[in-house]
Amino acid sequence: MRELVLTRHNELIDPLVRVWGWEIPVYLFLGGWVAGMMILVGYFLLRGRNREDTCVCSVLPGTSFVLLSLGMGALFLDLEHKLYVWRLYTTFEVTSPMSWGAWILLLVYPALAAAFALRPPGILRDLFPAVDRLSRRLDTPVGVRGIAAANLVLGIALGIYTGILLSALGARPFWNSAILGPLFLVSGLSSAAAFGHMVARHQEERELLARSDNVFLAIELFVVALFLVGLLSSSQAHVAAARLVLGGPFTAPFWVLVVGAGIVIPLMIQLLAVTHRIAHTPVGPLLVMAGGLALRFVIVAAGQVSHWAKV
Amino acid sequence: MARYGMVIDTRKCVGCTDCVVACKTENQVPEGLNRDWIADDATGSFPTLHLEIRTERCNHCDSPPCVACCPTGASHVDPFGAIVLVTPEMCIGCKACLASCPYDARFVHPDGYADKCTFCIHRVKDGLDPACVSVCPTHCMTFGDLDDPNSEVNRQLASRPPHALMPAAGTEPRIFYLT
Repeated sequence: MRELVLTRHNELIDPLVRVWGWEIPVYLFLGGWVAGMMILVGYFLLRGRNREDTCVCSVLPGTSFVLLSLGMGALFLDLEHKLYVWRLYTTFEVTSPMSWGAWILLLVYPALAAAFALRPPGILRDLFPAVDRLSRRLDTPVGVRGIAAANLVLGIALGIYTGILLSALGARPFWNSAILGPLFLVSGLSSAAAFGHMVARHQEERELLARSDNVFLAIELFVVALFLVGLLSSSQAHVAAARLVLGGPFTAPFWVLVVGAGIVIPLMIQLLAVTHRIAHTPVGPLLVMAGGLALRFVIVAAGQVSHWAKV
Repeated sequence: MARYGMVIDTRKCVGCTDCVVACKTENQVPEGLNRDWIADDATGSFPTLHLEIRTERCNHCDSPPCVACCPTGASHVDPFGAIVLVTPEMCIGCKACLASCPYDARFVHPDGYADKCTFCIHRVKDGLDPACVSVCPTHCMTFGDLDDPNSEVNRQLASRPPHALMPAAGTEPRIFYLT
């Protein structure tokens, strides 16, 4: 028998830690999704697909810009000392993933803006001749390759960072896994491919994105399994953390929303679509994106209640 | 340079909460929040029960995860006594330090910044003990320099086998308990 009674009742801490609410999962989801879209943009640019008027790579940068701004808005809402947010950019703390993230985000915006400027909407070209001039200047083989490389590298960095942000917090055994970075990266990629699948106008692109999404979902399933195996083969605190989703209070949301509705069901729907047994529908992609959001909510919530043995 | 720490004799601690009241008064800790607290830890099964009463606070770890994860440098190790502190005007209130602390020793001050025990650095600089130590009616707490082999904390540590909280978390806490 063990009974520990504390006289402490600090808000957000007791009886269970709940320092991060909806804002952080939403930010992590949008950040991962944008990271995936940057990687896809980089791929399409390297393949020279930007020459096509209908290429999905002309839609993704602008969408990413909006989504990332929404995510950063959520992050800002979470801050308790909002007026001091500028302090993030007065230093670079090498051991702090959040500091890395702040600086990565500062580089992500110009990379997205450059990708957007390669093929801006006609109305922008007409209204602002400078946009048209910039677009022509960037649209050279070297320029396109440079923008593609920047989007690929920064996309991977952004996607992994959203996982490292949590995994670096060793006090919470559920988060304390190096697998979280790859898990969030592949989840972001699958959300991005799902979104591209939904908005692509080119049949060939839609097929390609659906097929690649299926590969990402299969990898995600494998990485989820690795994540759990990693926790279960570690210390007693990590095993207890894994049990939060293996019979514990987060079992239903994790297996039903994240794995079932977010990975397995859309994977089956999209497998039928790419083998031409059913038509492409937005159901699969929407489930993938909802699953990506649910993944962040479950991971953030379960991580906060996981802890080391108190003595 | 000193490396301050604390030794707490759990056979002397009666859980009177004088230390808690002293801390709140000395540091004007807002209502409903605590920088230090009492833990009643009962283990075993009848009739071989064991009760340990402890006064707990930030462990001012040698390897503080709250400092490592801080994105602005607001959480830092002060050169004076290696005490872990927060600079309120550098803190953005991201709460990463709250999530990183295995002891849950931090909280958000109503003004928005992360707050915690400071070992009463303002008193220690004047040659005084932290407020919690100075008011303890049973003298269960000893504060001093862990790097000084002749300090009272080191004499206490040598007197009985000490234990720290959650050593598996790997933060190298500097508060030790004598059982």
